[in-house]
Amino acid sequence: MSETAERSPEVAGPAPGGPRAGNGIGDLARRAGQVFLRQREASVLVIAVVMFLYFAVSTTGFTKHSSIVLIGQYMAPYTIMGIGLVLLMIAGEIDISCGFVWTLAPFSVHFFYDSGLPVPLAIVISILLLSLVGLLNGVVTTVFGVPSLITTLATGYILYGLTLVWSAAQQIPMPPGEIGTGRWFGAGDWSEFIWATIFVAIFHIFLTRTRWGLYTVSVGGNLLGARESGIKVNRIKIGNFMLTSALAAVAGIQESFRIGTIDPSAGQLTVVLVSLAGVVIGGTAMTGGSGTMIGLWLGLLALGILNDGFNLRGIASDKLQIILGAAILLAMIANTYINRLRSAGRLQHKA
Amino acid sequence: MTIDTPGPRDDILRVEHISKRYGAVTALTDVNLHLKRGEVLGLLGDNGAGKSTLLKIICGFQQATSGRILLEGEEVVFKTVQHARSLGVDVVYQDLALVNQLTVYHNMFLNREPVIRPIPLLKNRVMRKLAKEHLDEIGVKIPSVNAEVASLSGGQRQAIAVARSVYSDCKVLLLDEPLAAMGVKEGAMILDLVRGLKQRGNVSIIIIAHNYGQVLDVCDRVNLLQGGKITFDKNSAETSVEELTEIVVAEYRRALAERHRSA
Repeated sequence: MSETAERSPEVAGPAPGGPRAGNGIGDLARRAGQVFLRQREASVLVIAVVMFLYFAVSTTGFTKHSSIVLIGQYMAPYTIMGIGLVLLMIAGEIDISCGFVWTLAPFSVHFFYDSGLPVPLAIVISILLLSLVGLLNGVVTTVFGVPSLITTLATGYILYGLTLVWSAAQQIPMPPGEIGTGRWFGAGDWSEFIWATIFVAIFHIFLTRTRWGLYTVSVGGNLLGARESGIKVNRIKIGNFMLTSALAAVAGIQESFRIGTIDPSAGQLTVVLVSLAGVVIGGTAMTGGSGTMIGLWLGLLALGILNDGFNLRGIASDKLQIILGAAILLAMIANTYINRLRSAGRLQHKA
Repeated sequence: MTIDTPGPRDDILRVEHISKRYGAVTALTDVNLHLKRGEVLGLLGDNGAGKSTLLKIICGFQQATSGRILLEGEEVVFKTVQHARSLGVDVVYQDLALVNQLTVYHNMFLNREPVIRPIPLLKNRVMRKLAKEHLDEIGVKIPSVNAEVASLSGGQRQAIAVARSVYSDCKVLLLDEPLAAMGVKEGAMILDLVRGLKQRGNVSIIIIAHNYGQVLDVCDRVNLLQGGKITFDKNSAETSVEELTEIVVAEYRRALAERHRSA
């Protein structure tokens, strides 16, 4: 919800001295229930906290520094790419080519580094260049009217082919980067996590407090109405496609710095699916018109906790996939149910 | 039948000799219509009479095959809906142009949002305040301007759409079937809103409807559209639902008889 967060101060608990300030526990519970229903993020937060506490108590080594770092490293790149996907899905579109942008981006950095550019410049140029993939996705989708799932399936294949040709299907080392570029851009313990969190904060404001964010919701919520109001709907969609590609490039480059090698089999569809899992668990609707950045961050935090906990307990990662699938189903059922409650008018809005 | 019309300068909007053909089909034939300043005109007609076509031409969605439109005495050609709106002619459709997922105040300011400089953040507080003031002023009652539009009733949504048009300084407001699919109470609310706007006098209104009984009371004057022609133009006080119904039914009988003859 574009405006939930901004409304949050008003609903963030029983305000003392408020006009209907509580009498007793029943009122408090009712209000808590309202907050829980109104703030989609709240349920994800509770799940993340409960899982964290569960693993902290039951699993040795879970609260160690190295384990916590792993959670951050797991969630960060998916979150960064997920930001773009949240914007796109709010606008009523989808992008599955972004995983292949993720794969290609570090090769591009390597290429420009090889051509003699300093690493930071190679990073910036690569990100800008790969945002053109989003331009292509957006133009084909909006101007030619091809559904974005199909458009991005096609461009995904093209990017994948390009990557294989360009890399000769070989791994190569990531350039070291001067003045610790790599350390700041992915390799440091907390570097990816900090980037992801800053991006989420910035894009949360972008989504809820700027015209672009408002128009993104409008385009996904009522395309004809948005166009009627004079909003340049194609421009909004194309811009969000470009942002998604650029953010996917950032995620791919940071992952390569962290791992130290560039792998043509990294990224791809797998990372898109994990990101999408975080997007929908976080409460972004497939139908367009609503979504949240904080929910995305929390959704992927929850997945990171689950992943780390399972690893430490020696549970194979294929079992994690089952849990992941179940988590998506549960989240979606819960979302649908909450939406039904909302539209049934049981959630009154405060004046 | 025709009311003696004063000079065109008293008319905010004049539609002159408008015809519209779609290939072999003629939707409108030589339609003349005028709207006086501050007036509420009912544009009535049965389904298929050409109401929607005329509405689309007046609001810039379509262009007429021939004829012209005068706004405040000057000839205008509306290229698009946005163009017409920028010149002060706005339309509120049945299927509204509101975004359900946004708040009332964001909808009120859609595509006209005030922003802070230099970082272009939305001035939400300003929008909330202005939206509330404006809705209070013209008498639209909703639970809160912070409410998501999806949580409001059909009538409230319609009222917000009307309020938005009025707020954007529109001079001529077209309401397309404002009471269709609306309960009695909701309908009364919309009619009260129209009466309020009439009293304020800043905006002239055309109500397009096929149910005469519902809107006759609020209109100053009614025009009847039949088979793509304006066949009737009277002050509301001088006509009645019965008379209007009779005219339409008579037309239906005539058409039926003709079909029988030719069969």
